[in-house]
Amino acid sequence: MTLAAATNENLASISNTLIYSAMAVYTLAFFAYITEWLFGSRSKVGRTAAALTADAKGGKKADAPAVTVRSAGGTSVLERPKVVVRAAAGARDVPDGPGAHGGDEQGDLYGRIAVSLTVLAFAIEFGGVLTRALSVQRAPWGNMYEFNITFSTVAVGVYLSLLALKKNVRWLGLPLITTVLLDLGLAVTVLYTASDQLVPALHSYWLYIHVSTAIFCGAVFYVGAVGTILYLFKDSYESKLASGGRPGHFATSVMERLPSSASLDKFSYRVNAAVFPLWTFTIIAGAIWAGDAWGRYWGWDPKETWSFITWVFYAAYLHARATAGWKGRKAAYIAIAAFVCWLWNYYGVNILVSGKHSYADVSLAVLQSVGV
Amino acid sequence: MTTTDANREASGDRENTAERTGSGKRRPADAARAADKGRVTGKSGTPAPDRASAPDDNDLGAAGSQLSTAPREESPNLPSLGVIGWARWFWRQLTSMRVALLLLFLLSLAAIPGSLIPQTGQDETQVADFIERHDTLAPIYEKLGLFHVYSSVWFSAIYILLFVSLIGCIVPRTWQFVGQLRGRPPGAPKRLTRLPAYATWRTEATPEQVREVALKALKKRRFRAYVAGDAVAAEKGYLREAGNLAFHLALIVMLIAFAWGQLYRSEGNKLIVEGDGFANTLTQYDDFRSGNLFSADDLNPFSFDLKNFRGTYETTGPNKGTPRIYEATVDYAVGADGEQKSTKIEVNKPLEIDDSKVYLVSHGYAPVVTIKDGKGEVVFSGPVPLLPLDANVTSTGAIKVMDGYRNADGEREQLGFQAFFLPTYGGAGTAVVSQFPALLNPVLNLEAYHGDLGVDSGVPQSVYQLEKRKLKGYKDAEGEQVRENLKIGETMTLPGGNGTVTFDGVKEWAGFQVTQQPGSGWALAGAITAIAGLAASLFIQRRRVWVRAANGPDGVTVVEMAGLGRSESAKVPEELGDLAEVIHDEAPTVAEAEVLPATTQDSETEGAEKP
Ligand code: HEM
Repeated sequence: MTLAAATNENLASISNTLIYSAMAVYTLAFFAYITEWLFGSRSKVGRTAAALTADAKGGKKADAPAVTVRSAGGTSVLERPKVVVRAAAGARDVPDGPGAHGGDEQGDLYGRIAVSLTVLAFAIEFGGVLTRALSVQRAPWGNMYEFNITFSTVAVGVYLSLLALKKNVRWLGLPLITTVLLDLGLAVTVLYTASDQLVPALHSYWLYIHVSTAIFCGAVFYVGAVGTILYLFKDSYESKLASGGRPGHFATSVMERLPSSASLDKFSYRVNAAVFPLWTFTIIAGAIWAGDAWGRYWGWDPKETWSFITWVFYAAYLHARATAGWKGRKAAYIAIAAFVCWLWNYYGVNILVSGKHSYADVSLAVLQSVGV
Repeated sequence: MTTTDANREASGDRENTAERTGSGKRRPADAARAADKGRVTGKSGTPAPDRASAPDDNDLGAAGSQLSTAPREESPNLPSLGVIGWARWFWRQLTSMRVALLLLFLLSLAAIPGSLIPQTGQDETQVADFIERHDTLAPIYEKLGLFHVYSSVWFSAIYILLFVSLIGCIVPRTWQFVGQLRGRPPGAPKRLTRLPAYATWRTEATPEQVREVALKALKKRRFRAYVAGDAVAAEKGYLREAGNLAFHLALIVMLIAFAWGQLYRSEGNKLIVEGDGFANTLTQYDDFRSGNLFSADDLNPFSFDLKNFRGTYETTGPNKGTPRIYEATVDYAVGADGEQKSTKIEVNKPLEIDDSKVYLVSHGYAPVVTIKDGKGEVVFSGPVPLLPLDANVTSTGAIKVMDGYRNADGEREQLGFQAFFLPTYGGAGTAVVSQFPALLNPVLNLEAYHGDLGVDSGVPQSVYQLEKRKLKGYKDAEGEQVRENLKIGETMTLPGGNGTVTFDGVKEWAGFQVTQQPGSGWALAGAITAIAGLAASLFIQRRRVWVRAANGPDGVTVVEMAGLGRSESAKVPEELGDLAEVIHDEAPTVAEAEVLPATTQDSETEGAEKP
């Protein structure tokens, strides 16, 4: 064995250690998020109910703003004009919840700890992916193990970036980290593949373009899907309140702390709409790669078909939001169906359906496909 | 988003403030509400009281109209009788967003079975296998076209309907959009306060000055702006609509390019041994398939010779034997007598000549043998390509000597050899399969036959298989079938002075697939346009801004600004705030400390609404 190979094996085992360490730190972050939610449950929020019942009582609101400028303290110091914003009719006037900590100081502290731990775990996991890439001297996207570790790194990266941009997304923390742990658990057990190089059919710079954008889109779609699911919960909670129902204690405690359903809906729409062009590009990049590798750019291979189905579902989601009678919950169901298609395309098609994308023996498939 | 939504948004009853100045104080909405009360009831002291008319929704409707070219949603009421009535109704339905949505769903659902049931277009053997295993299901599937979903009638019906719908949607929308580009943004609605984003102040500048400043500021921000009456009307973000139309048009282009490509497509395979060549004519192919409208004249004229094939493999580790590099060096020429050029073809890097692509798709070994008859005359000499059986390229095939051979008795006969080839033989005692795909220890195993090969009977036969019905095996002294392992350079002797077979060496062969698919360029252009259009349509916000400046009853100028986006977005108020700032700098607020109408009036209302 050459010296280089030895270094590579060394790097590969460092990578494995880093991935396991990242899992450990994510687990700590997970408990910190849980603690944040627990402390937050001490607070009584009740904003949603207040806002909705105020409406129900017909407490008439002034229907338009007017004066938006005043001179401070009667001096000549002038303030700039203020912009008054009005929301769409029909939308419930529900303020966003305060977040998992529910305004509780200790809860907030744990929330911050959780975020810090997430940052740490992200850094470690990123290192794990990087050393993996170095050990195989290529981009770390050659098999499902590598996809999974990259996928969760990107998903957490997206979450942390949104936080860094001061977006109100800390509520994503718990569901996200839970699934990141699941994803990594699957990766290190079921999907683990020793580090190795690529067969010739996977050698192409389109691989880097197509696969990296696919992973990125998946991660962002995932973040969008979490938003959509929470939207559905929050929306039914608000409907229940608005129609005079009394949701259970637990539901109240959790739902009150989430952003309003309108905010959640808008969040997931933005996230999905933002990556949809990239997803379109991913499919096209895949077609170009297929054109180079298999002699046709589109051949209804199962993987291609499911990418297409996913794409059409997301297009349907965008259309639904522009179609009367389909906004809101129905559109949300479509968005979730679209993400389920994405998941199926990844796990289901890779594992259960045979096609040209079965990564283990692409070279053989290429040989067989000719049938000379 | 339809017009009606814009209206509803504009006439919404929720409000909150975006505090741009960051004073951190409680929002002035209470004051605002109170002031508005005054306005609605027509009391004095509010800005622009002359506009305190009853709510006028039609007015707002015009302001929000044509912010997009989306088709109006109509309820699917059945038309009154008449063929034309029905046709028009049907057309409206087909081009409505609701039906477009439905068709999108249908299309994705229809695509599913093809990914789960084997398809003839992809893997015929799997289909045959499936048919064999499912006696009851297979005929039903066959009837439904489930073995070729993507060319089935019902799948085609859905996407053709979708694209008719798309065209029916896109054409009127394009005209509408051209109209919008030619026309001007609608004038200011009467009650700007009803719009989603609103700002106002009083200034000493004259209304004309304010309008001029506003016009300049808006134009500087690349709004289309003009003065109408006492207000400036402006609109921006037309690129959104243009992008959306471009995206949908690009979808049509892509579909047509794809269909075109399928109809005129051709695809053939050719196996070439190192040193041999190929010219692109129908007869040279080992096998050939083409689309419905293809004709042999459509083949691009070119030729190439395979100079060398190189394959390298992982030599250690768990993936030992996995291919790493496949590379064919070829000399090619375009046209009948074009200039010879040398190039390399790799698995992902086809040779492109016009709209033909030459792919490297397979490779294997061709042992070179020399066969002599009993008198020592050469009756066969050359490479014999063999087919790989496994990942380590254990190969099999046949060597056939059709004519020129006479046996020891001087009779005409044909010779046949069943050949096995192991590029890496494990040595005596190991299984007769190759241990590694490269030529580490090549061994050729031959089983010798003589008699009639059956090639003249007219029945086509595979060059890789020996038709043994009329062949007799050579027997050794013990009466056993003659079978020998040869290393390179070794010779096997046929019993009874019937000749010799020498294993001279090994050449590699490469399998090429030549595909020709016109329209790929169009498909790619469509795809790029689609992405650009999509990005424009999703990331650009189309919005309108109005700035009204008029004299209040006390002679002081009242400035009112309002913004309306196609959808609710934080960007609209933000931008309005920026604009307000610019205009406010030139037309600052009058310094009248105590004149704050909102706080001086209706104090009960104010108290009541304090949280
Ligand atoms: C192959 C089928 C189609 C696909 C993949 C598709 C895709 C899309 C996508 C992704 C959008 C989002 C852009 C946005 O939200 O602004 C969109 C918008 C739109 N589509 Fe389609 N579309 C298809 C067919 C149609 C058809 C048949 C119609 C006609 C009824 C149509 C009408 C529209 C309209 C009016 C919009 C803009 C909606 C708005 O203004 O918000 N589309 N389409």
